[in-house]
Amino acid sequence: MSIFINNDTRLLVQGITGREGSFHTSQMIEYGTKVVAGLTPGKGGMKTEHGVPVYNTAKEALAAHPEINASIIFVPPPFAADSILEALDAEIPLIVCITEGIPTLDMMRVYPVLEKSKSRLIGPNCPGLTTPGEAKLGIMPAMIFKKGTVGVVSRSGTLTYEIAADLTNRGYGQSTIVGIGGDPIIGTNFVDVLKAFEADPDTELVVMAGEIGGSAEEDAADYIKNHMTKPVVGFIGGRTAPEGKRMGHAGALVSGNKGTAQGKVDALLAAGVPVADTTAQIGDLVVERMKKLAAVK
Amino acid sequence: MKIHEFQGKLVLQKYGVATTKGQVAYTPDQVKEIAEQLGGTVVVKAQVHVGGRGKAGGVKLGKTPVEAYEVGKQILGMDLKGLKVKKVLVEGAINIDKEYYLGMLFDRDTRKIIVMVSAEGGMDIEEVNEKTPEKIARVWVDPTMGLQDFQIRDLIFGAQLDKAYVKPITKFLRGLYNAFVGSDATLAEINPLVITKEGDVIAADCKMDIDDNALFRQPELAQWQESEEDNAIEDEARMRGLTYVHLSGDIGIIGNGAGLVMTTLDAVSREGGQPSNFLDIGGGAKAEVVRNALEVVLMEPKVKAVLINIFGGITRCDEVAKGILEATSTMDIKVPIVVRFSGTREEEGRKLLEGTKLIPAASMQEAARKVVEVGYGAAVR
Repeated sequence: MSIFINNDTRLLVQGITGREGSFHTSQMIEYGTKVVAGLTPGKGGMKTEHGVPVYNTAKEALAAHPEINASIIFVPPPFAADSILEALDAEIPLIVCITEGIPTLDMMRVYPVLEKSKSRLIGPNCPGLTTPGEAKLGIMPAMIFKKGTVGVVSRSGTLTYEIAADLTNRGYGQSTIVGIGGDPIIGTNFVDVLKAFEADPDTELVVMAGEIGGSAEEDAADYIKNHMTKPVVGFIGGRTAPEGKRMGHAGALVSGNKGTAQGKVDALLAAGVPVADTTAQIGDLVVERMKKLAAVK
Repeated sequence: MKIHEFQGKLVLQKYGVATTKGQVAYTPDQVKEIAEQLGGTVVVKAQVHVGGRGKAGGVKLGKTPVEAYEVGKQILGMDLKGLKVKKVLVEGAINIDKEYYLGMLFDRDTRKIIVMVSAEGGMDIEEVNEKTPEKIARVWVDPTMGLQDFQIRDLIFGAQLDKAYVKPITKFLRGLYNAFVGSDATLAEINPLVITKEGDVIAADCKMDIDDNALFRQPELAQWQESEEDNAIEDEARMRGLTYVHLSGDIGIIGNGAGLVMTTLDAVSREGGQPSNFLDIGGGAKAEVVRNALEVVLMEPKVKAVLINIFGGITRCDEVAKGILEATSTMDIKVPIVVRFSGTREEEGRKLLEGTKLIPAASMQEAARKVVEVGYGAAVR
């Protein structure tokens, strides 16, 4: 088991003939992900270099491949919100949006539609997710992962790789690695992922890497305190970032006393979550907790 | 992206929202000229991207053109919270009867647009919110629905504004909402919204932020992205397509991925170093991008050492190494550079740097420690 994706995932790639879409489709197929169809309006009927059939619309793709149960979006920012809406309209259960730079207003308009749907959106502005040995949806360098029982969830891409690679080096594999994205409006938050990890029998422990801005980490702390039985190890990036400066991610912004690193660290500590000061320390804390779990068994 | 008061007012006027009228001046002579044209008392306001201009002495009255010239001379060139005033807005004075507060902003928690109205105009709204939050009326607008009339009533009656002005304030709010959505704003603050003795409802001030992600469809506003007041290095970085934030320290930082760079800043600070910048070269960066990044970071003369922290995913460490070598061979770099490679092609990348003056590090922590050591000398630790 794992969360959100596995061997049964059948993927549609929106924007499959673009530079990014094409490159990462190769990478995903190489990893073993079952890519069954692609979308590029106007290019329906052709096949990609990977032999994947291309369709003009999600409706066409779904009609030909009713087994599609996930979609990934590699569409440029001006058109990405429309692509999310198209996937929602086609009732695809899992939608992953990699695109960075979607206007906030577009996402404000997508959100109410998403809320009323049964679909899950991961991202936008995210690296996607990977279940080691089964499927990879997105742009993660999957060779650093290894199958195991640590769930990883993070707002950032490269930071996730840094953490996962360290865990792998120490011999601790991962159940699923999820990058939820660095934008202010994202479809799946820490709490959603924590819930899924809590319910997943193959996840023993969760690493959660947050960063400055917003209140998703505080919400997560609240959830952990009240509902989570599995141990969680925390990390907060941007502890030394100055107020009012947007640190790369559109969502990583401390404004006034909102979204500060200290507030998030305190909330996690109060929920009983140890918070690592450095990325290396995350590994130390994971090893320590995993040994404790093993001793209890 | 922040825009100036005079620019915000141009946006409002485009959407039929009434504002005070004036012109921009760059010299005291121009201030005088505009004052002569307007006649009567004028208000001279510094146009810089900082809050609390009035308290800081950036807004002054001139009763005659000569007086306007004098205050213009005082304000132009003055230092306002670290920014030099290069232009002022000169407006005709108005007869204020009442001052209200009106704000719209993107609310991250609800993913909606929050609209706030208060009868306590002209005051610092954060202060009003802290001391008397009940004096602020709020509604949340779903942009798929738009601002509804009942919400406008909730605002006007909730904030106990003068009932005599329900109609013009309603018209004002609708216009402001259209301007907000139409220009992809993330913030629009009218403080104060003035009811004049003549009974007109007008925006006397306007603070507006535009969503950077939406500038591709706001070409007119994108032109206002200006350099003069921002940091010159941030400008140069923007021209070269790099995500760069200038900080106050002296250790240059380059990395790939926002989260990783943020964490690198934290690691360097933990070791006692002070980062001079945040620079994310993004995913899949080619050698040229890396060379650009190094050039930009070294534009800050205070920089004592540079840390390049790469976790290779789509980004290839050998490609980054090539960029570093290109830069170091063409530039006269006097400061030490610590390089940490991990992930895709790390071995190849490290090999390329062998035999050079570049200092290798195996982990982020080690790299942070080394850059502080070589930057400040061993004496610090």
